[in-house]
Amino acid sequence: MIHQPSSLAIGMFLVFVGATLGLSFYFGRRAKSSQGYFAAHGQIPWFVNGVAFAGDYLSAASFLGICGMIASYGYDGFLYSIGFLGGWVVALFVVAEPIKRLGKFTFADALNANFNSPGIKAAAGVSTLLVSVFYLIPQMSGAGVLVQPLLGLEHWHGVVIVGAVVITIVTTAGMVSTTWVQFLKGGLLLVFSTVLVVMILQRGLTVDASSESLEPQSVTVLPSGDKLVNGLPLGAGEGQASLRPVGAVSKLPGGESSTGPLGPISFLRTLQESEVVLWDAKKEVGEDGAVTTTYTPRPTPGAQVMRPGESPKFRGIRSDDWSQKLDFISLMLALFCGTASLPHILIRYYTVKDEAAARKSTIVGIACIGAFYVLTLYMGLGAMTSGAMDLSNGNMAAPLLARSLSETLFAIISAIAFTTVLGTVSGLILASAGAVTHDLLESLPSVELTDEGRVRIAKLSSIVVGVLAIALGIAFKELNVGFLVGWAFSVAASANLPALVMLLFWKGTTKEGVIAAILVGMISSLAWILLSEDTFTKVYGLSAGLAPAPFSQPGLVTIPLGFATLVGVSLVTRTSDNSADR
Amino acid sequence: MEDSPESPPGQYAARIGLVLFAVYSAFYAGFVVLGAVAPGAMEATPVAGLNVAVLYGFGLIVAAFVLAVVYGWLAGHAGERDEQGGPAG
Repeated sequence: MIHQPSSLAIGMFLVFVGATLGLSFYFGRRAKSSQGYFAAHGQIPWFVNGVAFAGDYLSAASFLGICGMIASYGYDGFLYSIGFLGGWVVALFVVAEPIKRLGKFTFADALNANFNSPGIKAAAGVSTLLVSVFYLIPQMSGAGVLVQPLLGLEHWHGVVIVGAVVITIVTTAGMVSTTWVQFLKGGLLLVFSTVLVVMILQRGLTVDASSESLEPQSVTVLPSGDKLVNGLPLGAGEGQASLRPVGAVSKLPGGESSTGPLGPISFLRTLQESEVVLWDAKKEVGEDGAVTTTYTPRPTPGAQVMRPGESPKFRGIRSDDWSQKLDFISLMLALFCGTASLPHILIRYYTVKDEAAARKSTIVGIACIGAFYVLTLYMGLGAMTSGAMDLSNGNMAAPLLARSLSETLFAIISAIAFTTVLGTVSGLILASAGAVTHDLLESLPSVELTDEGRVRIAKLSSIVVGVLAIALGIAFKELNVGFLVGWAFSVAASANLPALVMLLFWKGTTKEGVIAAILVGMISSLAWILLSEDTFTKVYGLSAGLAPAPFSQPGLVTIPLGFATLVGVSLVTRTSDNSADR
Repeated sequence: MEDSPESPPGQYAARIGLVLFAVYSAFYAGFVVLGAVAPGAMEATPVAGLNVAVLYGFGLIVAAFVLAVVYGWLAGHAGERDEQGGPAG
């Protein structure tokens, strides 16, 4: 599809960026000390922190990725919504209050509370950096994907703009400005997603009876880089072609042509009883090196769209292949365990005054995030039936859905999508800066920092990590947005959760056990991912059969391995004075 | 479930948290196992024309919120009693 840049969207984008930077400079004077820079002096009200949790957590993967996956394949994208939300239960019931009680700036503080071990700080610092960078790459790359059609800019422009704005946010006022940006983004995302869903329900469902809606389409990328669409050069002029927008209901129950406004339950029920056109994509490489992707329409019963197992990612659960089923279980386990292990989420607990505030803010976070994930199902299905989908870019489903309803809403949703990236990336860069300054540098015996020096180093680290994120975001342009987020969850759950949970609930935990669990969980999950079928086919471009890992998602093996390592090493190294209960 | 008067503050809340965590984990595990082992069961439409996949998925999201509110109320209640010096539980 050829997207026309919208001046309203550009204006809205500038307003959002201006407001974000204005907030940062306004709060800049409050963050002179490390307590202010890393933890906003612990003075963020719990309600604000709760909404900021939503702003921090609901990344581009949640908003653009999940909506896009639901729009393309149906229910399967909603599985991510369920898993991402489930993880917050672990955060609230197990982690929130102890993290607040034991820590100060980073999650390594909590792990190290009973040990004062430089080794724990170093291991947790490395794990924080690794997880945060995995999470950063898709956010940055997603920003580039977003600005191309919205603002008419190149991919790298978007990455650089996000990087520059975020570096400014984080270096001016650290956690204070980051919190307010996340609060603003979380609130706006929730409000305007609700508006979008109300409009989807008001519009109802309409049959697209045109013969064009069932014609296949193709895109060919020639070795020169030029593109052909349906055999014609890409363009909007005469003799040129672009991909048609898609997304249609082909049959409604009772042979109706339109439903009129629907309620939230009747929308889902009607879709369940309808027939929807999904699209299959097949890629072929010609002898001359040209790559042709053919999109073929496939009218599909609504009952099939509304069940799990329709996407290539989860199709295996409907087969007899147990490795595919284990892959699904492993992913759902990593999503459940990963949230409470993500460093950029955990550091938000230090921004409130006490454990009760940590608890209350998590409950507000669960309410906001849960409500948003319910809306993702409607937004995705609304996009699927909107006639506005771009076959070549599923991540644009939510903004294009908004465009099919109202140009103003499109401008607002696009600007919010961009702010979504800003909020999450700010949190990630701050977590990384904390890991470098507070965990890694200060674990070196020769380094002693003054409070002012610590803030200066943290700001410098933010710039370095920000520049690195820009470079990686440009380098990994082609990698799927959701792919690396899955990696981040698996590595976080395998490396961080066993240490965190056992420290809280097993008095026999030793510092050697904590360090070993972090390192074994981190290395094993990373090695598993690098040796998996997903990575072999999508990253290395090799045959799936060559991948030695029996299934792609590591969590099912590496999370228990982290726990077993901690218990084993703690039992071996335990003496009367080195365990957590000493 | 009752703490002794000597229990450190927060221990009662931690115990409630673990019980609620176990309840939710079982509910979540049921969904995952059903999806992996008997995905066909997700297609049944027992209520309001909605299938099990949608009902169970929404159920998990609503349950997370309901259990969070229950936990917040119970833990907050225990915290108030801790502050007043009485035994929690």
